[in-house]
Amino acid sequence: MTGVLQRQGAAIALVIVVAVAWFSFPRFGSLDNLRDLALQSSFLAVIALGMTFVIITGGIDLSVGSLYALGGVLAAYASQYGFLAALALPLAVCGLIGFVNGVLVARTKMAPFIVTLASLLFARGLLLAITDEGSNTYRVPADSAFIELGRGTIGGFGYPVFIALVLCVIGAVVLRRTRFGQSVFATGGAEQSALLMGLPVARTKITVYTMSGVLSGLAGALTAAYLQSGVTVIGVGTELDAISVVVIGGTLLTGGAGTVLGTVIGVGLRNVIQNIINQIGTLDSNYQSVVSGAFLLLVVILQRSLARTKTRR
Amino acid sequence: MTATAGGIDRARVARWLQEYGVYVAVVVLLLFNVFFTANFLTLGNFRTQLVQAAPVCIVALGMALVIGTEGVDLSVGAVMALAASLIPLYLGAGPIPAIAIALVVGIVAGTFNGFLVAHLGIQPIVATLALLVGGRGLALVIANGQLVQLHDKTFLELGTGDLAGIPISVWVAGLLSVVMALLVGRTTFGRRLVAIGGNRTASALAGLPVKAVLVGVYAICGLLAAVAGVLATARLSASDPADVGMLMELSAITAVVVGGTALTGGRVRILGTVFGVILMQLVRATLIKHNLPDSTAQMVQAAIIVVAVYVARERSTR
Repeated sequence: MTGVLQRQGAAIALVIVVAVAWFSFPRFGSLDNLRDLALQSSFLAVIALGMTFVIITGGIDLSVGSLYALGGVLAAYASQYGFLAALALPLAVCGLIGFVNGVLVARTKMAPFIVTLASLLFARGLLLAITDEGSNTYRVPADSAFIELGRGTIGGFGYPVFIALVLCVIGAVVLRRTRFGQSVFATGGAEQSALLMGLPVARTKITVYTMSGVLSGLAGALTAAYLQSGVTVIGVGTELDAISVVVIGGTLLTGGAGTVLGTVIGVGLRNVIQNIINQIGTLDSNYQSVVSGAFLLLVVILQRSLARTKTRR
Repeated sequence: MTATAGGIDRARVARWLQEYGVYVAVVVLLLFNVFFTANFLTLGNFRTQLVQAAPVCIVALGMALVIGTEGVDLSVGAVMALAASLIPLYLGAGPIPAIAIALVVGIVAGTFNGFLVAHLGIQPIVATLALLVGGRGLALVIANGQLVQLHDKTFLELGTGDLAGIPISVWVAGLLSVVMALLVGRTTFGRRLVAIGGNRTASALAGLPVKAVLVGVYAICGLLAAVAGVLATARLSASDPADVGMLMELSAITAVVVGGTALTGGRVRILGTVFGVILMQLVRATLIKHNLPDSTAQMVQAAIIVVAVYVARERSTR
């Protein structure tokens, strides 16, 4: 029973919240609202997917918000050179920064918290440098095929939704069914044992931080395609959103355990709550962060107490 | 064991750099500015730099204690915002009750963090993340999302006034630095704090009141964040919960780490922390005065953090 609660707690909460919203707010269940909700969730889901891998290895990546914003600006800048450039430049640059994060964490044994804090600053600085201290906004040319990536729809649902879904399915399979996935769990679960077993611990860490960088850059590129411009002010605090949804989804910050599905549910939960607060027109939008904070706390305390009862038995 | 390169004992150099690097860096940067920066050696400039650094310094002192216990407090900026949001509500009753309420809420917030960490065993990052996410929202709810101009002369004196020619906020920061240095160096509480940060299990087995000390440390950190929030509000002549203390957690952590306090706990450097704050402030001022843009300042700061932590690492992996 406790195991089910721990693993499915977020899912149960999501079902309850959605059910309540469905019956209380007629607009919630409308196709328009659901499409919007899915699209908004897709950007965060892509970022949180990478964060899930990083956290399972026992690390943390604070740079994702900056890389998200940087990716968007780079994509908008490169879109004048065509579709491929608009996608390749942000993925390459953000991936490279993620790679450096990974190398520093894996090879020098510096705390992931500090390494990625430094790259949070570095990526913001780079973004400011590219945009003339934030004064220059790059726009995606109106005739660019790149816009389609953010604006195109299937059955009314935007391409980013499907891209996020496909990536999460791939991520889940990689995590569960491949040797690399095994290494990710082993690295976070018991690093010393993983080393003694001959698992490529350093390579695994470098890979997950690189992944996290690439995915954050991709989320930025998708956002730029959707907004048709590179917005410099987005992404502040996104790293905390991503960490929150991963934790709410049942991935342990101590590493060694977690699921991609949980993260997707965590993203859904966060955005449904936000959506509900928006639907209650009279409720101050500031309540959203209060509710999110309280919810995060509740989940973490629950996880913790359940983990305790488990070990006591 | 000791790796020698070219006849130099690398471990010793690293240790020396870790202990004194921040002081050397501050002196070098000061000398550079004295010779190459116009209008650096003016009283007005020193004043500005110190007033800007004071709130960061106060928050960083609390952060140094928390990091000394192998923890981290991400909620300091949110606690500053909470303190700021409360000031206009109670300023009608006079500045002292308003400040007292703000400080009490800071202590309560810190105690709450400490309870989560010490009694429920939740990781510091997550425990304080919850308040970071929720705290600023709560502050905005309290303030109705509005910036409130303040007109109480006595209260504003805190932000603009002088005492013996030195700004009051700088006095507060200096005084608190001395108090924290004494607390860490000369009291039982300080010794226990360092012991717990060094080895929590051993400290518990040795009969130290681990939980009480941890709660105390987070409570002090919350209190200091509230003090910084009050001072920042007084200087601004307005309560602005949307902006006050924004990203303060990052500045404070940076200053603490650059100052030589180990993230792995068991090592607190209060003087180093103060110099860490001064160093980061000097770097910023130097770059700005030489017309280098904000973007460069941020990238340089990032580099300093990496170098400082890389140096600190040598000793901790000994």
